[in-house]
Amino acid sequence: MSKNVEYNTIKEIAGPIVVVEGVEGVSYGELVQITAGDGKKRTGQVLDARSGTAIVQVFEGSSGLDTKNTRVKFTGETMKIGLSEEVVGRIFNGLGKPLDKNPDIIPEKELDVNGLAINPSAREFPEEFIQTGISTIDTMNTLVRGQKLPIFSESGLPHNQLAAQIARQARTRSGKEKFAVVFAAMGITFEEAKFFMNDFERTGAIENMVAFINLADDPTIERIITPRIALTTAEYLAYEKGMHVLVILTDMTNYCEALREISAARSEIPGRRGYPGYTYTDLANLYERAGKIEGKPGSVTQIPILTMPQGDISHPVPDLTGYITEGQIVVVKDLHEKAIYPPVNPLPSLSRLMNEGIGKGKTRDDHSGVANQLYAAFAEGVDLRDLVAVVGEDALSDRDRLYLKFSERFENEFIRQGADEDRSIEDSLEIGWKLLNTLPREELKKISEKHLDTYYEK
Amino acid sequence: MKGKIIRVAGPVVVAKGMAGVKMYEVVKVGEQGLVGEVIELEGDQATIQVYEETTGIGPGAAVVGTGQSLSVELGPGVIANIYDGIMRPLEILKEETGVFLARGVTADNIDHKKKWKFKPVVKKGDSVSGGTIIGEVDETGSVVHKVMIPPEIEGELTMLASAGSYTVKDVVAKVKTTNGEEEICMSQKWPVRVARPYKEKQEPSIPLVTGTRVIDTIAPVAKGGTAMIPGAFGTGKTVTQQSLAKWSDAEIIVYIGCGERGNEMTEVLTTFPHLIDPKTGNKLLERTVIIANTSNMPVAAREASVYTGITVAEYFRDMGYSVALMADSTSRWAEAMREISGRLEEMPGEEAYPAYLSTRLSQFYERAGRVTTLNGSEGSLSVIGAVSPPGGDFSEPVTQNTLRVNKVFWALDKNLASRRHFPAINWLQSYSLYLDGVTPWYEEKQAGWRDMRDEARKLLQKEEKLQEIVQLVGPDALPDNERLILEVTKLLREDFLQQNAFHDVDAFCPIEKQNQMLSLILRFYKLATEAVERGADVKDIAKMKIKQPIARMKEHDNKTFSKHHDELLKKMEAEFKGMGGKNE
Repeated sequence: MSKNVEYNTIKEIAGPIVVVEGVEGVSYGELVQITAGDGKKRTGQVLDARSGTAIVQVFEGSSGLDTKNTRVKFTGETMKIGLSEEVVGRIFNGLGKPLDKNPDIIPEKELDVNGLAINPSAREFPEEFIQTGISTIDTMNTLVRGQKLPIFSESGLPHNQLAAQIARQARTRSGKEKFAVVFAAMGITFEEAKFFMNDFERTGAIENMVAFINLADDPTIERIITPRIALTTAEYLAYEKGMHVLVILTDMTNYCEALREISAARSEIPGRRGYPGYTYTDLANLYERAGKIEGKPGSVTQIPILTMPQGDISHPVPDLTGYITEGQIVVVKDLHEKAIYPPVNPLPSLSRLMNEGIGKGKTRDDHSGVANQLYAAFAEGVDLRDLVAVVGEDALSDRDRLYLKFSERFENEFIRQGADEDRSIEDSLEIGWKLLNTLPREELKKISEKHLDTYYEK
Repeated sequence: MKGKIIRVAGPVVVAKGMAGVKMYEVVKVGEQGLVGEVIELEGDQATIQVYEETTGIGPGAAVVGTGQSLSVELGPGVIANIYDGIMRPLEILKEETGVFLARGVTADNIDHKKKWKFKPVVKKGDSVSGGTIIGEVDETGSVVHKVMIPPEIEGELTMLASAGSYTVKDVVAKVKTTNGEEEICMSQKWPVRVARPYKEKQEPSIPLVTGTRVIDTIAPVAKGGTAMIPGAFGTGKTVTQQSLAKWSDAEIIVYIGCGERGNEMTEVLTTFPHLIDPKTGNKLLERTVIIANTSNMPVAAREASVYTGITVAEYFRDMGYSVALMADSTSRWAEAMREISGRLEEMPGEEAYPAYLSTRLSQFYERAGRVTTLNGSEGSLSVIGAVSPPGGDFSEPVTQNTLRVNKVFWALDKNLASRRHFPAINWLQSYSLYLDGVTPWYEEKQAGWRDMRDEARKLLQKEEKLQEIVQLVGPDALPDNERLILEVTKLLREDFLQQNAFHDVDAFCPIEKQNQMLSLILRFYKLATEAVERGADVKDIAKMKIKQPIARMKEHDNKTFSKHHDELLKKMEAEFKGMGGKNE
């Protein structure tokens, strides 16, 4: 039909959107090649196919395009990426073109970047404990294989260091399987990207890694594709090559902004704060690509990072993310200002899949009780700080003072750890018990008598 | 009839040449025959929502009408199955296309080849009408599937199969009606957007016992009632819904995962087969139907999934069962409506939701109820909808419109969740309009229940006021009796209202145990008040030994709890005797 026909009938260009008229045989979602007046080629995708008209979004942006000399070709293909095991150890741009000096990948397989939904009845329930070596995560917000656990952060906080530390230290207890990290950067600065690259090079992690980098000054619309390419690569490595893949997506707030930009350019009715009504569905299509599939050896685990504007957790991006992901790790200013690294606040953090991943045979039998008790005691201590601010410490009872002291020590001994400190789960639990020992035994209602008999001293 | 596509935008397709096609008729789109439904007609143009990905479809492709509206086939084989939003069995899809969902696959709603043991319960020559039960099939250990005459048919039974094995498509009966003879098989089709008929609705008066203390004691839902659980993420909507699906005393459970997480559906699928129903001793999965349309599955099918689910639920209600339907989450359903409405370029209402949002929500919740079925038996359908308000803000349209048609409100509270007080249902904000209706049932179990419940709630209300004062001046400034209230409400909160859904014993708390636990705590209050009057120090009461076993009573075995309660009561009375003697 229309294949290999080039149209020069652009009617309108608005933001990243190009409207082409007089076209025939165009289908929804197909890939478009756009040749600007200067002969440079760009890629686009059909967003709306009508008889005679196609609305196309251009990934590289529309600057430099005109309505007279620009030619448009509909390829009849959906957006695909060519993959082979050779991708591991390589760095690509946001559309999957090599950024390092090495040659293009010779593909073993071409896969649609949009992926396909996993049949819910083919999923395997995630329950394998991943040890990240970070006490607040391992003990209180355990990550398991096949989970999607985002980091909610704010500008100016060390979420990148934390993500790099997780990528570096994460392993299962047996630790023998094939492991890879897929790193997708969307709209982050050159320096942030450099930090990750240097860190991965310094620790040798680069050899097991694939990076897709879209920097802050790269075209915004490219960011729509970057996570899709990264996840397709991750799925290929996991389900075709049997690897356990950890995907780091940063920064999802930038991704959502790109989504908003396209929506605005199409004059769609905006939802909350201008984000389109389908933001939830769109994000779900990315996040739901984490998981384990029965009969396949590999897995895809996701750690998306997002910055909450003004630290507002009810902003649409963290809010919609929280509704889709299986918990969240919240990094807070308050702890960072006290020079505590990693500034993970366990109180708003959560891992929904934790219960299945811990306990006897997986971590340790007392894990669940210790986690709940540490949480409750820290929460009580933090609450008391407000009271102290009003009535002074002298007005507190002896019991309250114990809790206040507990919360201080908890921050300094349990939450605080070195950027290269890799604590085993046993180490973390030991620190937990050391702190719980400062409280009277009757106070530890969340721990069973049996575990108190074994682990509580005094 | 065959039309041609003129526009494709995401899940919405417009085709011309469609004159004669009906509203809500199912059509097949493109070469692959993707399933779609007509949602708007203008001249010979039809707007279609497509239940599968539309990538690769373009103007010019064919659209074919099927003449039928979106319907599901109901019969033996539905129970213990897992379906997508338009009731395709996911297990079958997996066999046909592998672990990823492919497009254009059709599959029967129920297995047409499997043979079921049919036992007739009427005789040839009997006069039958819609709803009449003509036979029974033991579908699972828990469910006797009743084969019913489809609603519109009435007449004399001219043939009835003898006991034996039949497939759902074999003719098991013939009915002579005024319009000729109708063949009846064990399955029947029903359009999902139409409520199934019943004889009359009744007032709900029996509680749906959930085994969750804050629900059963503070804000109970009746069998045939409607309830909503709104809450920000992380407040435990899904855990609560799953607890209800596991432990509530309905006979059939329909669980709709509407636009939610894939791993959660897997959790239901992996845990339910191992859980045992405390009433029947059978596996919980044997009374459960699961509809799973996860957030990354097509958005139009998400819109349809709640209708599919409630149709299945009504079908079992018509057999005379008590059915409970959990929809997690109705907000995702509303968002699916919004997305499709946006693509249709309809005039938006509040927050870009379509103006008919409230109509659709009320129509859905009105399909709940306790009814006399067409065959005269009593059935009930309770609907419990989770709502996911953005940012946890209850003033948004889905929460508000649901509130208007719902009688039970379980408000999930972010502050409680962040203190790990679970279930994080706020006991002051939550309410149940069924409370008066179900009180007689409770009073029959334990006289004085209502007074006890009201006293507990009053104390908790008082606590909130007192806490405000404490925040300002510290607890020492309060008089003894008020400090005592704070001690008692702490017991109420931590040892009664808090419940661990993952604990072997605590996950399900029988009504008898709930009552005994509550009466014990209130007894503590009474004895403590007396002790304080005798001059006891509230600080000493706070340190009493009896508090330790009270804190552990929720973990005490349900069967032997009654005895344990009596022992605790004795111990408590003895300990209080030694307190506050003025001559000490």
